[in-house]
Amino acid sequence: MLGEGILKGLGETAKNFAGSFVSKERLTTVQYPEERVAPIENTRDFPFLVYDGDDKLAGLRCVACQICEKECPPKCIYIVKSTDKKPDFVGKPQIYPARFDIDISVCMSCQICVEVCPFEAIKMDTEFELSTTDRFGGLLFDRDHLAKSNEHYHRIHPTEAAEVDARLAEEKAKVEAKAKAAAEAAAAKAAATPVAKPAPVKESGA
Amino acid sequence: MKTAEEILARIKTALPEAGVEVAPNPSPSAQHSLLLSPASAVAVASFLRDDAELSLDYCSNATGVDWPGKEITEKVKVAKLVEGVETLVEEAVKRVEPGYLEAVYHLYSVKHARREIAGPVVLRMRTGNRTDQVTLPSLTPVWRSVEFQEREIFDLFGIVFAGHPDLRRILMWDEYEDHPMRKDYIDPDDYEYEPTPHDEVLKRAEMRKTEATV
Amino acid sequence: MTATAFKTYRPPVMEVSEAGDELLEVAMGPHHPSTHGVFRMDVALDGERVVKLKPVFGYLHRNHEKIAEKASYLASMPYTDRLDYFCSLTNNWAYALAVEKLAGLEVPERAEYIRVITAELTRIQNHASAIGFLMQEMGASGTPLMYAFREREKILDLFEELTGSRMMCNYMRFGGCRVELPSGWLEKVKTVVSGLPHFIDETEALLTGNEILMARSQGVGVLKPDLAVNAGVTGVMLRCTGVNYDIRKVDHYGIYDRFKFRVPLGDHGDIYDRYMLRVLEMRESVEILKQALKDIPAGPIMDPKSKIRGFRPKPGEAYGRIEAPKGELGFYLISDGSPNPYRYRVRPPSLINLTILEDMCLGQNVADVVLIFGSVDIVLGEVDR
Repeated sequence: MLGEGILKGLGETAKNFAGSFVSKERLTTVQYPEERVAPIENTRDFPFLVYDGDDKLAGLRCVACQICEKECPPKCIYIVKSTDKKPDFVGKPQIYPARFDIDISVCMSCQICVEVCPFEAIKMDTEFELSTTDRFGGLLFDRDHLAKSNEHYHRIHPTEAAEVDARLAEEKAKVEAKAKAAAEAAAAKAAATPVAKPAPVKESGA
Repeated sequence: MKTAEEILARIKTALPEAGVEVAPNPSPSAQHSLLLSPASAVAVASFLRDDAELSLDYCSNATGVDWPGKEITEKVKVAKLVEGVETLVEEAVKRVEPGYLEAVYHLYSVKHARREIAGPVVLRMRTGNRTDQVTLPSLTPVWRSVEFQEREIFDLFGIVFAGHPDLRRILMWDEYEDHPMRKDYIDPDDYEYEPTPHDEVLKRAEMRKTEATV
Repeated sequence: MTATAFKTYRPPVMEVSEAGDELLEVAMGPHHPSTHGVFRMDVALDGERVVKLKPVFGYLHRNHEKIAEKASYLASMPYTDRLDYFCSLTNNWAYALAVEKLAGLEVPERAEYIRVITAELTRIQNHASAIGFLMQEMGASGTPLMYAFREREKILDLFEELTGSRMMCNYMRFGGCRVELPSGWLEKVKTVVSGLPHFIDETEALLTGNEILMARSQGVGVLKPDLAVNAGVTGVMLRCTGVNYDIRKVDHYGIYDRFKFRVPLGDHGDIYDRYMLRVLEMRESVEILKQALKDIPAGPIMDPKSKIRGFRPKPGEAYGRIEAPKGELGFYLISDGSPNPYRYRVRPPSLINLTILEDMCLGQNVADVVLIFGSVDIVLGEVDR
């Protein structure tokens, strides 16, 4: 019969149409922005800098090594090193970035900066509702805007943040063990010579 | 699948006057190529396509490469008068080796696709230099697939293909006058706005700033 | 530097047709709802029949090849996502394959299985979208397209969980994959794959016997096998003419030898064959996925010899190609020992498939030009790079 294929197709469409009133899985539209889809954990949008503790500057993990700046494909990161130093998470004095700008109108969210960072200092955020009317300044994020706490990182990427914390704790434990061994060796040496008083052992880290 | 040497031998038996030689490839991919002389290129290409055993009827890729000229400093012994005595003095002579543009073609066989294949058959053709001797014969009459790709090579590198049915720019607009993929191409700096400054852009911006304040 | 003198070719504008009338030259211009992107066709018409057709593109030209010469090998990987922006994972694989050939890296088994799974998922969502867009141009106003997008959303959610991004995945690395599979991902893939045969059946029930589709596409845009091979056409366009050339079977790249799958071939070379081929290829991809999900082994996902930073392959060149959903996607790389490639070339399937667009459209009605163009299934990101 001519028209049989069309009728069969219309039957499929009718099934979907009628079914969307009764079955949840046929209703695939999500009424954004009133409803939202559950966010997927691994999603990546734009980078942010991680700081430990409460103070944005004191706990900032970034040491301005500029590896992310070199590896960034569209060169959207701009770093100026500081002239003084501050202690990092193991207590060693490190330089920090005086300026750390990311132009998110250039950034393509490729996450190569995260991959190459040796200090776990830059990670990917999940916020995408960033539109603004200021086309140039509003899309240039500076260091204070980018610095977000470790708790924020745990909230958005729980599994990843847990792994990163485990790695950093391991590194810190190694450094502390080495410092302890060195201090004990120095104390033993000082005890061997009775004239000099043994130097006070400084416990590093909080 | 035959190696480059075997294919070369086969070409030489069929077309003895063809100027063909093997250009080796040092990487682990071992895809050696055949360097053709432009005079006999179309004849060799037609032979490769029509030969019953090789049957390379599918040209997969045609592209251009820019090899700019190099300045070579050679130590040459020159006869010079030193204190009245003619001696051989070693002198550093500078010589500019002219660069060339190159067209590279990758061929496969669809008819004999089930044979064990090691890689494509690669053909190369080199121009005389980069300024006035930039004509190469077009292989479009042999394989139609290179029609748009030769137009692209002409557009981006500047190689003029003689015998191409419709040689005009394909990606840039028709009135454009430069060849963007050459190594000495200078980017225009009238983009809409500058991203965060690095390298060349930073230098240029700082130059402009000092010029503006002077 | 001197530009060589050349004559700009301008096609003759107003010719005279056999009937003695003037021809109408229409620019089916870059602003067009059916041209899959910014693409222009200069069409000369005699009434409704096409007499001459010249494709014009370059509106999306971003000189990706020059950017790659200035950036390192790793930094080019996110740019390959943006070539064929529907199928970013296959673009990544083709580039990684070419670099692995250039540098002599080996890929561990688990990474190969992950590559096959992601590539076949990409192929399914690309073919579903291609059929949807073809139907949209035929006048089906989006219903098959929206059904295809419903399945595509499930696949894109899988990609987001694995790579972090729905379309710009940036997942393959030289010597393996970037990150290990998240826990529970394989089960989710199995759920999606188990729902795919039902979706393909639904699409076939909707479309395959449809009289409108058959009347508009059978016998339209016929391509002959000799011309197809000589014009370098690959992928579904080549197989619809009956030529049995699928790079997965010919080149034996990756681990495709381990999977049993068939390669569908067409008889007539018209639009209806291309539509049927895409449906059948989706079914074969589901078969490959079922086998791969069953057999995937545990193990490392990166070659221990490969480096992320400071990657310098030895001087030389390599050409690597894969069967992308649109055709043969190849990368040609020349290295001179530095961290940046000396020459980086993308062999785009969509551009080469457009070589015979004029041949297919001559003598057809102008309404069919849009359909023929839609059945070639191009993406402008790839054509223009």
